[in-house]
Amino acid sequence: MMEKEMQKTENVSATERIRNVKTFVPRVDIYEDKDSLFLVADMPGVDEKTVDIELEKNVLTIAGRVENGRIKDGTLMYSEYEIGDYERVFTLSDEIDRDKIVATVKNGVLRLELPKAEKVKPKKIAIKAA
Amino acid sequence: MFNPSLWRIRRFSDVMPEVMNLQREMNRLFSNVGQKSPQDHPAVNIWEKDQKAVVTAELPGIDPEKLDISVSGDTLTIAGVAEAVKFSEGQTYVRQERGLGSFKRNIQVPFQVDAQNVEARYEKGILTIGLPRVKEELPKKIKIQ
Repeated sequence: MMEKEMQKTENVSATERIRNVKTFVPRVDIYEDKDSLFLVADMPGVDEKTVDIELEKNVLTIAGRVENGRIKDGTLMYSEYEIGDYERVFTLSDEIDRDKIVATVKNGVLRLELPKAEKVKPKKIAIKAA
Repeated sequence: MFNPSLWRIRRFSDVMPEVMNLQREMNRLFSNVGQKSPQDHPAVNIWEKDQKAVVTAELPGIDPEKLDISVSGDTLTIAGVAEAVKFSEGQTYVRQERGLGSFKRNIQVPFQVDAQNVEARYEKGILTIGLPRVKEELPKKIKIQ
């Protein structure tokens, strides 16, 4: 049974938007192992053509545009969720190897793999018998 | 005043979502962050197009094979599972916000559904289900002699 609330929270951004739609903050899961950081964001209505990922210095911005949220020639009778674009901003630490970031989009879910830079991976230090 | 039958009051159909939104906001203000009951997932929008009801739901990352959609009489049932990522050795969460778990929801429409002609599509994480009316029910125009 679902326990978490699925309401979207509106993104109140200071910048002006050109498109006349609301922007929401997508929910993300972040998990890691010793080699990489993984980021998974729920962005229903977005595919690889409408997603936008930017990395500037160490600020990562993920954004998605929803083009066909409304049913053409249909009349909305009952609404429980709103349709809009997505945007979320993260600050990355130096731990990430920027050139090796991999992104995929499937079924409205964006998956980013952010490999950790070599120098940060935990190294085992061998103990020599004295 | 607002009886369950939203549909009959066509004129109010533009106002209803706003009123319900207002009610939801008020509830949220006075209670513990709008607790959605398990019966409310996934959130749906219902459209009317060409005499059909079109139900849309946002279900990102679901395996469509595991989605169970069934229609009985005037009720649509959507059930499925939002699966967590299967962790391999040594993976741990840093942050977990996405909803996970199984869900089941019944949605009632104000007409008998023609179960043979229901169409369902799952694209980009949005599930769209078209529910046509049973033909005999289409209102017949009555001419005045």
